[in-house]
Amino acid sequence: MQIGIFTVGDVTTDPTTGRTPTEHERILAAVTLAKKAEEIGLDVFATGEHHNPPFHPSSPTTLLGFIAAQTSRIVLSTATTLITTNDPVKIGEDYAVLQHLAEGRVDLMLGRGNTGPVYPWFGRDIRDGIALAVENYALLRRLWREEVVDWEGRFRTPLHGFTLAPRPLDDVPPFVWHGSIRSPEIAEQAAYYGDGFFHNNIFWNPSHTRRMVNLYRQRFEHHGHGPADTAIVGLGGQFFMRRNSQDAIAEFRPYFDVAPVYGYGPTLEEFMAETPLTVGSPQQVLERTLAFREGVGHYQRQLFLVDHAGLPLKTVLDQLDLLGEILPELRKGFAQDRPAHVPDAPTHASLVAARGEVAPASRPGRQDDVTGRSPEPASAQSVASEPASSEHR
Amino acid sequence: MTGIVVVTAGTGVPSSSTLLGERLAAAAAAALGRDATGLTHLELRTLAVELASFVATRRPGPGLRSAFEALARADGVIAVTPIYNGSYSGLFKLFFDALPEGTMAGRPVLPGATGGTARHSLAIDHAMLPLFYYLKAPVAPHPVFAATKDWGSPGKLDRRITRAADAFADLVRRSSPSLELDEFAVPDFTELLGGKGIQPNG
Repeated sequence: MQIGIFTVGDVTTDPTTGRTPTEHERILAAVTLAKKAEEIGLDVFATGEHHNPPFHPSSPTTLLGFIAAQTSRIVLSTATTLITTNDPVKIGEDYAVLQHLAEGRVDLMLGRGNTGPVYPWFGRDIRDGIALAVENYALLRRLWREEVVDWEGRFRTPLHGFTLAPRPLDDVPPFVWHGSIRSPEIAEQAAYYGDGFFHNNIFWNPSHTRRMVNLYRQRFEHHGHGPADTAIVGLGGQFFMRRNSQDAIAEFRPYFDVAPVYGYGPTLEEFMAETPLTVGSPQQVLERTLAFREGVGHYQRQLFLVDHAGLPLKTVLDQLDLLGEILPELRKGFAQDRPAHVPDAPTHASLVAARGEVAPASRPGRQDDVTGRSPEPASAQSVASEPASSEHR
Repeated sequence: MTGIVVVTAGTGVPSSSTLLGERLAAAAAAALGRDATGLTHLELRTLAVELASFVATRRPGPGLRSAFEALARADGVIAVTPIYNGSYSGLFKLFFDALPEGTMAGRPVLPGATGGTARHSLAIDHAMLPLFYYLKAPVAPHPVFAATKDWGSPGKLDRRITRAADAFADLVRRSSPSLELDEFAVPDFTELLGGKGIQPNG
């Protein structure tokens, strides 16, 4: 079971002080949080991606690359990578480079993005969201798996004889999660490929989350990837802890009441009753989190949102200290009654092992899956003049 | 048949919109006879706070979720609003704005409205009908507007209610909207790929 945190990277005024952190402060805070997450023993740090204020993470692989250099164990991921407005070629390149630099400690979660105005800035239309996610990911998969790709789709300039560089580390692409709150098409997409499915979980009632996850599990089995209970499921979660639950509620309420997304809506108490948000003692957070399994079954990844809505960095670091304290109990609880055949979330090491062999690190001599030809001529000097195998098709 | 859902946006207690909704529902039940299998009354007043929260957060509360489910199963909908400032009330519009897309498509609707005087009666035609046309709901042919004065001459109002309910009942019998809306329904992924030639596990 992987346990971690994710940041959406919002730059939000602290409602209790009126102070707004700078983008610079928030960017560095993300690095601090990631290092702290590793220090307390968490497994995953994930960053959001946004291309509009008040969010800072427009370049996730830059951020994650910087973090990779300062950490040694934690898996770096995204929540989410925009498969709709990004060029899949650039996603393929960026995350392949990151994967090499981080020695494989990388996976990513794809999402569509729900901010309408962002799409046209990238030449897209939010009404094409599902179609973009389907087509762009189909291409991204091929770029990571096939040495030479010919591609024509609806959305992107065609590719002929294109080879993505660098190739994924050990020729094993980063594991991919598909994140969606309420689009069954995305659960189906994850199931079809046997990829992971992540439900944000935070804003919705548990019965909705359960139905989406169960849909994914059933379709995972339908598409022949194994029994439904071996599908790879991740959930979001959200807490605010103090040793005394009343202190937690009193301290968090002013942030909750005006928070982006759910502020100015239901009361804190209603929201806690209706969603997985837990504001209270560490024991309450522990118990509530372990109960997530009752809805979705044994799952593989739990990510918490801890640093949003203007909470100061020191407060967030306190939250991580408290999370670190209950972490052993959390792990023990998740391990309890977990059937042996329920897999862990794939990692680079497990994917390499599953493949049964390690590809040679050197490039020459490998063949294109499609044409059976090497993309490179025998003579290394003429690489630039031979455009892969396009003449061959 | 799973029944008729009455949606009323009146806020007073008692409310003339609620009253009109109940009268239309009773008349529709009588007209449907043995086909009338159930009646659900959604008083939007009781959902006002959840609707406001929904606007701010896009997250439906428990009351709103069951209201959505009731509409998604309805054989027909009687929708009654007070007319404020020349149009349906904000509460009425909030509800239909919040309703999951596609819920009203093919689902017969009988509009009703109440107002101080008959001068407001055309609000049905210029506000409610375009709303239901947009939602692709077949609209029963004789919507009912009840002004304050109409409640003092019940015979005439009764006749209009009966005529509206009869036409609505005919429409309900002829329609088959009961394909329960399934927000979790999904096409097989091969269709989504649209023939891009991508193989599973590829």
